[in-house]
Amino acid sequence: MSRAEVTAGAAGASGADGVRAATAATAKETDTGHPAGPGSPPRPVRLAWTLGLLRSELSITFRRWRTLALLAVLAAVPVLVGIAVKIETGDGGSVGGGGPDGGGGPAFIAQVTNNGLFLVFTALAATLPFFLPMAIGVVAGDAIAGEASAGTLRYLLVAPAGRTRLLLVKYATALTFCLVATLVVAASALAVGALLFPLGEVTTISGTRISFSDGLLRALLIALVVAASLIGVSALGLFVSTMTSSGIAAMATTVGLLITVQILDQIPQLHAIHPYLFSHYWLSFADLMRDPVYWDDLVKNLGLQALYAGVFGSAAWARFGVKDIAS
Amino acid sequence: MAPYEPEQDTTEADELSAGRRKAARYVVPLAVAGVAAATIGLVPALATSGDPDLPKITAQELIEKIAASDTEQLSGTVKISTDLGLPSFGSGLTGGFAPGGGDEGGKGAADPSAKLMELASGTHTLRIAADGPDKQKLSVLDDAAEYSLIHNGDDVWAYDSASNEAYHAKDGGRAGADKSHRGGKGAGKDLPKELPATPKEFAEQALKAAEKSSTSVEVDGSAQVAGRDAYRLVLKPKDSGSTVGQITIAVDEKTGTPLKFTLSPAGGGSAVVDAGFTKVDFGKPSAATFDFKPAKGTKVTEEDGKDGRSGRPGHSGEDFEGFKGEGPEGLNVIGDGWTSIAELKLPGGQGLPTSAAGSDEVPQEAAKFLDSLGDKVNGDFGSGTVFKTRLINALVTDDGKVYVGAVTKDALVKAANAAQ
Repeated sequence: MSRAEVTAGAAGASGADGVRAATAATAKETDTGHPAGPGSPPRPVRLAWTLGLLRSELSITFRRWRTLALLAVLAAVPVLVGIAVKIETGDGGSVGGGGPDGGGGPAFIAQVTNNGLFLVFTALAATLPFFLPMAIGVVAGDAIAGEASAGTLRYLLVAPAGRTRLLLVKYATALTFCLVATLVVAASALAVGALLFPLGEVTTISGTRISFSDGLLRALLIALVVAASLIGVSALGLFVSTMTSSGIAAMATTVGLLITVQILDQIPQLHAIHPYLFSHYWLSFADLMRDPVYWDDLVKNLGLQALYAGVFGSAAWARFGVKDIAS
Repeated sequence: MAPYEPEQDTTEADELSAGRRKAARYVVPLAVAGVAAATIGLVPALATSGDPDLPKITAQELIEKIAASDTEQLSGTVKISTDLGLPSFGSGLTGGFAPGGGDEGGKGAADPSAKLMELASGTHTLRIAADGPDKQKLSVLDDAAEYSLIHNGDDVWAYDSASNEAYHAKDGGRAGADKSHRGGKGAGKDLPKELPATPKEFAEQALKAAEKSSTSVEVDGSAQVAGRDAYRLVLKPKDSGSTVGQITIAVDEKTGTPLKFTLSPAGGGSAVVDAGFTKVDFGKPSAATFDFKPAKGTKVTEEDGKDGRSGRPGHSGEDFEGFKGEGPEGLNVIGDGWTSIAELKLPGGQGLPTSAAGSDEVPQEAAKFLDSLGDKVNGDFGSGTVFKTRLINALVTDDGKVYVGAVTKDALVKAANAAQ
């Protein structure tokens, strides 16, 4: 067993932050070329290792100022929407009542004044098309390329993480960020909604009524579906991230792809390809507010996200597994 | 091997094999994409390939089945695709056609007639639920919003979640709500109640009527609709000159409820109207479904009762029935059955504004634009303009007469010539 494995195992067990330091320290020795055999350590050790690596990744990701700034921006969106609605309806008017098509603005905005819970849905509908996937794109795009451009990728690989495992850990981190980002938006919206607007029985968009606790449950479900809607973007970002060793380039490409796909989704002449664009069924989360719930598009959305995860996840694996790591 | 080397040991392999191995890894994502594509392509094909094997049945027996059907409780999802071949003007023109759409500021966005007019074009997903004659609900599913029309006892509610506006009418609106609720498909359900005849007599009468209007009625195999076995009843006009190719109604084998309605044009191509259940359940819908109380803050428009009653059914039902039935002055129906043509006179500048009609209310540019949509025709009647859709054609003559029908252009010209 090589020295790296021992140290890394210890680091994984003892604490997340040790990993980088330990791997960096052992790197020089391993660089000289230990004939590391394929001797596989026992399974529990590997599992502990993976968990340790994941923990380390998570703490590094969520302690970054960049990540915190992204989350702060996301949390600010519901505050802005809430205050805007409050000001506009302060004189007793209603939002979106003017236009013949029911007014513009994000979905559910007309109901916010009656029930603060709807601010959760409005905020998610407002952030899902761009803010959320952009934040995901930054995190996922940075996953591998960021390490490469910071020169830390080879040290991570020196510790016997294995490329596949490192990739999986990176993807898991990106998915965790999806969930956390969505929940941050939802929680901030719920807090603002509760502060500014009344809460109570919820009228579904089908016109029926459900109790507030049912409404909360649906809000949680919607947040989970929104988080799951971002699986495709994160897989795409991870794949892009393995293509380059510049973190900025990977982030820019991912966000650029996101914008391109959103534009393509708006062009009616291209309707033939729309069902295959990862953003096409994003707003289907609103179907959870129907009564009874309309599952067709939700299922399509989740299936599509799984497909993107499968295709681009394995493409990332294919690319990363054979890539020459020069930095 | 140092752990940060690629996972394959490429040091001893030659360049060629290394390249192959690299390529081999990309087989995985391609395979995933391929399998997904194959699944997406094949599953619907497999699902539709097997028509159910049902016992043979005559058209009369099938119509009896429909008439005897006593389905009162059902809920389901309906998909309606309408392709009239109208030029796409977006909602502006539709709004202009629909009464209460643009100009009548008093009515809210939840006014049913304007909303249901939207169904006349494009693809829509609807949900319907019914529990006896007193409780029905029709919902139009929009993006992140829903438009619901609820009939519960004495109340008719319409609720538009996008604008959070509601529309309320007392029992007076009932006829309209019923009719729109049933759409084209459910008509058969109402008939047994309205006619005293037994299902058998009704079937005989219906067949006789079909014979009179020169329609061929036959049962053409079976189909699967919404996961249920169904017979296909095909109605075909025998006359030439009609733009209607055939009407197919899929009838549920067990309950006799019509499940799918397809109107194909004679010219071929995709169906003009295709409305059918994608999911159906004959169980009793939950009572809460029909329960509507406007929430605090919902803007409610009350219908005053009288003026809605007469106008509403025409706009809510089938696409052109209302068009014919609206009855401008001097309506005259030429012929009968499928090739009947409605002849009407344009009173001043109303109806279809064209330069041909000599309307001074329409700017010259607009008139020219309208002219460019139609074809100029000449005949014994003089000259006029034919406006074509995939189903309905209209001839507007220069002396202010309009001939409308689900017939070909030649038939319109012939009718106009004969009317001189």
